[in-house]
Amino acid sequence: MTDYDVVVVGAGPGGSIAAKTAAEKGLDVLLIEKRQEIGVPVRCAEGVSKEDLEKFVKPDKRWIAAEIEKAWIFSPDETKIELSAEKAGNEVGYVLERKIFDRHLARLASKAGAEVRVKTSAVGLKRENGIVRLKIRSLGREEEVTTKIVIGADGIESKVGKWSGIDTTLKLSEIESCVQYLMTNIEFESDVTYFWVGKKFAPGGYIWLFPKGEDAANVGIGVMPSIAEKKAKEYLDEFVREKFPEGEIVEVVVGGVPINGGLKSAVADNVMLVGDAARFADPITGGGIINAMKSGYYAGITAYEAVVEEDYSAKFLKKYDERWKNDFGKKLERNKKIQEKLLKMDDETFNKIAKSLEGMKIEEFSVKRLVLEVFKKYPKLFWDVKDLIF
Amino acid sequence: MKRIIVNRYKCAYCGACVSVCKFDANELVETYLEIYPEKCTLCMACVKTCPMGALEVVE
Repeated sequence: MTDYDVVVVGAGPGGSIAAKTAAEKGLDVLLIEKRQEIGVPVRCAEGVSKEDLEKFVKPDKRWIAAEIEKAWIFSPDETKIELSAEKAGNEVGYVLERKIFDRHLARLASKAGAEVRVKTSAVGLKRENGIVRLKIRSLGREEEVTTKIVIGADGIESKVGKWSGIDTTLKLSEIESCVQYLMTNIEFESDVTYFWVGKKFAPGGYIWLFPKGEDAANVGIGVMPSIAEKKAKEYLDEFVREKFPEGEIVEVVVGGVPINGGLKSAVADNVMLVGDAARFADPITGGGIINAMKSGYYAGITAYEAVVEEDYSAKFLKKYDERWKNDFGKKLERNKKIQEKLLKMDDETFNKIAKSLEGMKIEEFSVKRLVLEVFKKYPKLFWDVKDLIF
Repeated sequence: MKRIIVNRYKCAYCGACVSVCKFDANELVETYLEIYPEKCTLCMACVKTCPMGALEVVE
């Protein structure tokens, strides 16, 4: 007998959905969160696809800060490309209030029957006779719990993977170093997400503005440390000084986004990794919330099957790998290859592309569609990855 | 001896530095960054990754 069937480490969107799914299936679940408050400090730009989110949770005004209908992409010379919803008034994205959203998901997990403990860290993992002895530190007291399965939802700084023999280390070309300011006293359209691309703005990444209602917006940057010459914060400060000299910064958000296209395998004996811990963020957009929730769901389902079959081996848990690969694994791989192409383009090429797409009606909100339009104009740029695009 | 230190007034405890460390020489404990100098090889991956410039090499 073990204390639990499943211990989930980390109560972000991936961990809470994993705990909720496993608890709904009737498993004994413990969800631990090292911070004393779930959801803070936020480490996210908070943008998410409406359609994907609604597969998991009913939208609630309390944690939706803005509804988005358009994206404006600016090249280094500030030529604008517009992506819009298929029909006007048909919002395609939300900007979330993660502080509230994350707590909501953790409550759903607890309502489903999971035990939740905050200010509780995992500090070590040992496998013995087919089960796991997990050392945790809860409000300063160290204890050991036994469990059949550990789901590592412990984010960019994941240790669960390392402890269980999964190499999660990112190279400097596989991470975006990000800083974001929540800004007021700035002008923007409240239903538009803004992107500034090119090395001039953000080497190996981009600058974004995501509205959070009418009078505040997330203004942030991601840069790739392997090619950036300065710190993310320095690039952002220059941009903000020039674009929003009157703006006030009312919150600072900092984080790393994994962009290696996902782990090859996110399982080990008794262990599954989900979300950022498994490096499931999109290599082009940096978006990670939906993949975290999807992988949490698949890990929860797979945990249930493993408990029924009494088989917690990596071999059995490969079912989890199959599930996430069939769902979003291919897209991660495709976007990694496209991202590597984008990285090689100079600012002049971005300007040329933007000029050719300027004023065009692109009535679909996706990276794939945008790349397709670029491909039509400049087939050479994406020729060797064309099979991935079509 | 050269070592890496964290400027706690700059660190925003995001954990990006932990994800690029091959040597398990750092850890984000709750919202407090620990650096383990005995494991550190001064490869500088964390210093280059820190969005805030909070990691510094000192003699």
